[in-house]
Amino acid sequence: MKILNKINSILFLLCATLSFAQQTPAPEQTKDFAIVGATAHIGNGEVIENSIIVVSNGKITTIGPEATTPLTRQAMDIIEARGKHVYPGFIVSNGTLGLVEVDAVKASNDLSEMGTFNPHVRSIIAYNAESKVVESMRPNGVLLGQVVPRGGRITGTSSIVQYDAWNWEDASIKTDDGIHINWPNSFSRGRWWLGEDPSLKPNKDYGKQVKELSDYFEEAKAYNNGNKTKKHLPYEAMAGLFDNSKHLYINADDAKGITDAVNFAKNQGITKMTIVGGYQASEVSDVLKQNNVSVMLKRVHSLPELEDDDYDYTFKQAKQLADAGVLVSLETSGQMERMNSRNLPFYAGTTVAHGLTKEQALQLITLNPAKIMGIDDSYGSLEVGKSATLFISEGDALDMRTNQLTHAFIDGRHISLETHQTELWKRYSEKYKN
Amino acid sequence: MTKVFLRLLMLMCSFSLFAQDYFPSNTGVKSKNTNYTALTNATIYVSPTEVLDNATLLIKDGKVVNVGNSVNIPKNTTTIDVSGKTIYPSFIDIYTSFGVKKPERGGDGPRYGASRSGFYWNDHVMPEQDVMASFKYDAKSASEMHQLGFGVVNTHIPDGIVRGTGALIALNNDADNALRVVDGETTQHFSFSKSVKSRQSYPSSIMGSMALLRQMYNDAKWYAGGNIETKDLSLEALNNNTSLLQIFEAGSRANLLRADKVGDEFNVQYTIVGGGDEYERIDEVKVSKATIILPIDFRLAYDVENAHLASTLSLADMRAWNQEPHNPRLLAENGIRFALTTHGLKSKKSFKSNLMKAIESGLSKEKALEALTTVPAELLGKSDVLGTLKAGSYANFLITSGDIFDEKTTLYENWVQGNAHVIEDMNTKDIDGEYSFKLAGDDYKLTISKSTSKPNAKLESNDKNLGSKLSYTNDWINLTFKTADSTKKEFVRIVANTANDNSLNGKAIMPNGNELSFYASKSKANEEESTKEKDKNDSKSEEAKMSPITYPNMAFGFTEKPKSETLLFKNATIWTNENDGILENTDLLIKNGKISKIGKNLSDKNAKIIDATGKHITAGIIDEHSHIAAASINEGGQNSSAEVTIEDVIDDEDINIYRNLAGGVTSIQILHGSANPIGGRSAIIKLKWGEAAEDLIYDNSPKFIKFALGENVKQTRVSRNERFPQSRMGVEQVFIDYFTRAKAYDDTKKSGKPYRKDAEMEVLAEILNKERFISCHSYVQSEINMLMKVAEQFNFNINTFTHILEGYKVADKMKDHGVGGSTFSDWWAYKYEVNDAIPYNAAIMHNVGVVTAINSDDAEMSRRLNQEAAKSVKYGGVSEEEALKFVTLNPAKLLHLDDRVGSLKEGKDADVVLWSDHPLSVYAKAEKTIIEGVTYFDIESDQQMREAIKKEKSELINMMLQEKNKGLKTQPIKKKEKELLHCDSMDSGHLAHQHD
Repeated sequence: MKILNKINSILFLLCATLSFAQQTPAPEQTKDFAIVGATAHIGNGEVIENSIIVVSNGKITTIGPEATTPLTRQAMDIIEARGKHVYPGFIVSNGTLGLVEVDAVKASNDLSEMGTFNPHVRSIIAYNAESKVVESMRPNGVLLGQVVPRGGRITGTSSIVQYDAWNWEDASIKTDDGIHINWPNSFSRGRWWLGEDPSLKPNKDYGKQVKELSDYFEEAKAYNNGNKTKKHLPYEAMAGLFDNSKHLYINADDAKGITDAVNFAKNQGITKMTIVGGYQASEVSDVLKQNNVSVMLKRVHSLPELEDDDYDYTFKQAKQLADAGVLVSLETSGQMERMNSRNLPFYAGTTVAHGLTKEQALQLITLNPAKIMGIDDSYGSLEVGKSATLFISEGDALDMRTNQLTHAFIDGRHISLETHQTELWKRYSEKYKN
Repeated sequence: MTKVFLRLLMLMCSFSLFAQDYFPSNTGVKSKNTNYTALTNATIYVSPTEVLDNATLLIKDGKVVNVGNSVNIPKNTTTIDVSGKTIYPSFIDIYTSFGVKKPERGGDGPRYGASRSGFYWNDHVMPEQDVMASFKYDAKSASEMHQLGFGVVNTHIPDGIVRGTGALIALNNDADNALRVVDGETTQHFSFSKSVKSRQSYPSSIMGSMALLRQMYNDAKWYAGGNIETKDLSLEALNNNTSLLQIFEAGSRANLLRADKVGDEFNVQYTIVGGGDEYERIDEVKVSKATIILPIDFRLAYDVENAHLASTLSLADMRAWNQEPHNPRLLAENGIRFALTTHGLKSKKSFKSNLMKAIESGLSKEKALEALTTVPAELLGKSDVLGTLKAGSYANFLITSGDIFDEKTTLYENWVQGNAHVIEDMNTKDIDGEYSFKLAGDDYKLTISKSTSKPNAKLESNDKNLGSKLSYTNDWINLTFKTADSTKKEFVRIVANTANDNSLNGKAIMPNGNELSFYASKSKANEEESTKEKDKNDSKSEEAKMSPITYPNMAFGFTEKPKSETLLFKNATIWTNENDGILENTDLLIKNGKISKIGKNLSDKNAKIIDATGKHITAGIIDEHSHIAAASINEGGQNSSAEVTIEDVIDDEDINIYRNLAGGVTSIQILHGSANPIGGRSAIIKLKWGEAAEDLIYDNSPKFIKFALGENVKQTRVSRNERFPQSRMGVEQVFIDYFTRAKAYDDTKKSGKPYRKDAEMEVLAEILNKERFISCHSYVQSEINMLMKVAEQFNFNINTFTHILEGYKVADKMKDHGVGGSTFSDWWAYKYEVNDAIPYNAAIMHNVGVVTAINSDDAEMSRRLNQEAAKSVKYGGVSEEEALKFVTLNPAKLLHLDDRVGSLKEGKDADVVLWSDHPLSVYAKAEKTIIEGVTYFDIESDQQMREAIKKEKSELINMMLQEKNKGLKTQPIKKKEKELLHCDSMDSGHLAHQHD
């Protein structure tokens, strides 16, 4: 009940100050502020107890231990956060937030385009900055994420957004960051409607499908080397892969497919490459390490794929990859991925129960994804010069029972922690009060 | 050839005598052959247990007249000397669809009703179907069966749940049906599979098929009692066919037990077509007392050369390859009667090799012969005429070169009703061996093998192989070979006689047309056989190594079922869920499956002591809404399916049982899906991994049924609008209609008047009588309110709203009604009706006073329900102690099980979990999960099992590689998937992977 009261008071406070704020993006930071006394989880593995963090013009200007960090309190707002914790905003890897509002309502779905090779299709323009699902991320500390189109062999081009904006243009922090590929499956299914055995059998067309993909890359390369007199939109979109301005993301789960995908990228001369999913990535961690390939690891809260797999198979993969020296982030795709993305901190928490330290686990959803996506100059950790995209939690934010946000900031803007859901909660809590 | 031909001719002549003599003949004088045929000097298996050496079999008119060592042979007898050969009664295949065209898929027809009239209300029940109406003798298939040794088959139309009558057919290629049909009505056939001819969608699940069969038997009784004025030809036929052998095609041991269960309820003992996996739960199969018709479609070894692909192969599949051939032996050892069948074989030709495998795996030859002769004969009630060669039996027998269960033995002739079908010429001389000859100055070496079956020649000259072709009939060989000069396409032809031992005499016709005389002398006999034999022996010794059967028989199964122990946990933090609250540094004693004591400094001299310092103990987690461990979830064929029960379809081999244990779950309610407003009955089970399906169900289980509202039941995402209701308005009317009818039904029943027993109405009446409780899938407040009002109108209460995502909007009304809420922690936005779902729902309902639980409806989430409960601390500030109750005591209350489980209290079931950390923390792992004092999950044993699985798999892979190296056939790898069932899952077709 104590906690309940506390939360209520926080909420009423928020209501009072920000009652209009639901889905209204916060204004630019106008006044410096400092967060004082909190345990700062930097995101790079380090922790500063009793810290001082100063934010000015949307950026962290100071961070350090209270004892050794001078602070001029007059010129700024002070947020007392003793006993609390500060984290960099959590980052969703390989997400689809904003592309679908309600799964079962087709009209609200902009997840995938028809066709097999769609490098030119861009997720950013379909990103719904006003999604009720997106705003529900913020109270859990999930503040940024990649928006990725799905479907086909080359699914399209992703972008990275922050979750408090008026429109997609404002939301974007890195537009068209990378191109996504679904690697051919090692297994294929018989077409049951033609009376074929629908069980999974080795994919006979695997080689053909890989060749189709590499042919496509060769064609795109040739086009971009030419004079491009006649525009070819898809090939044009591929250009970034060859001049290293775009990142290549390849979805592959089995050890062989992952290895083939790594070699494919290598042969194409692509250096910025990430395996997405990577269910069996730990089995080929040496290959990944040697080739400097990072992994956006399949949702931790998912079932083992094979009957014989260890019950904790998906829980312990992050630890195995991290131990092998592979750069890992946690991705969220799967059933109900958008609304469940707010559980990202708890996916990370689960990896702690299965071997990682809390700070290592934190990296999986902060600095590591920022590095993979190439936004680590501004995001992913609490360091001087970086964006003040961070939040304060009453307790350990990786554990659901203590993940209780009091403040959150994106680029120094004090964002609302209100959502459609908190509004309903308050409305009905009020109803039953009497 | 001529000799054989003459004999055939002779026999065919003798056939006219079988023709129906009242039929007019316009082709000659009406004559009748009354001669006898005697086969002499044979080893004769009169029956599997009676063997005569040097005996005579005397037959006449297609029947055995006499058999013995001193048979009196009448003068008008043709005698065939078969000395050195063996005669067996020919085999009987009791389960075929011989001569029946594959039923064709039906096109149009109603989906929610029957397409026929005058018959049963369900198209898939066709006891009136008569196989003879569409039977057409198929000589080609018959010849195939002859080669395997079969003389008689029972056939039926393999289509539908009740398939009608089967008939017994002699595979006599040279007679007509008048003679061949031994019995036109022998069997009545059943299965769980619907007819392909009808589009009627009910039943759409195995549990639906079971319910339909039960209703059918009830209706048949009601009909027989003269209570129905209209005609039902189906029920009439069913009632007329009760004296026939009742054969049920189950296809797996799980379905075998299900079929037997239905039969037992109506005093019908089915003879059941098994699945070949009976060995996995042989005790249960034995208890069923069913005779089994046993397929031997043993799987081929998997092709495991590709290590990547091989890694996806499950231990269960690998073991099945190794264990299946032992199934017949294990059935025999356990005294389970069975007949063997060719049913299920992809290629009938593999029958013999598979039979050999079974024998190599220890099935006795005597049992094998019984299973092919006397057992099917007895089952069909034809022991007097079939299955043995006793006087009076049909002259259905096999002439072989020796032991029929030996690879090398040749089957020469298959006699059916006194008519011989020649498979191999038994008079063919064996000319196998190595021959040498000279031709036009060159030396040649000719090796002949398999001369008595499939003659094969290998020809060499000057150490060079020459392409050659050999045929061999009636003492003559024809050999064609290519000349050594490969640039030319020239052939030498040889025709030679084999009458002289050890030589071939004849002529050679050279490419230029010159004829030369030909003489080849035999230099040595073949040795190939003996090397082959050696290989065979090698494989035998490997085959004998059977992987141990575990419970269940798959990865993480127990070699021995674990037992209840006396356990003393010392120094734990104990979450009692009782007035004592959370006790620190406290001991817990488990004895006789119950919680014996909770307190400080406990001791028990027999107890195994477990140091729980720094650890937490809670009651086992209870999931109010689960769909794991079930073979089917939805019977969506009608808008009510109260007649089905998940208890019929529990799957004790679901790995998710084990994974749930690893997440601290001990009890679950397996709910029917949400495809229809009135769903099916629940199964409430304990996750006793390794125990058989029936033993998982709670003793005196509280009775529950699933109801559903909203988008699913109004078929929002189904394109055809054929089923009522299509709106929430209609949903209310469905309930009112059914309860009104149930009330009337119950009134009639209570009045003592005769009534038609209706399983659906029985169940609904239980609800009205407050004997069965409703757990209703629900989302939006309007429908939640509606159902409470409907219940109040009929004077009962809804027990639980499950999902209940807008429960927070009507929590006060729920409290007044007395209904509980079992909800998701934070799911929403997956469909339109969950737009207003909020993670604070549990907190609000709880605060208002509704008994609140958090459930999973998901095999993944269910293993983290403690974390889901913890979200109620985050969303809404529920206290930790109360939050834990959301997944323990509160679901126990909702399930009326709180007197047995859900809290830690002396005398309650010892269903407990030892946690490594605070049980609501994301960092906690279940270390031990105990049900009734039995440790079903132990984090240390789990590690050991992982090692054991790895070891066993690599051993099996080695064995499969050896099989492939020996040149034996293999099959491509299949990646095993676990179909995850949700509220929306139907048994067949494509699953919509969408949460309810």
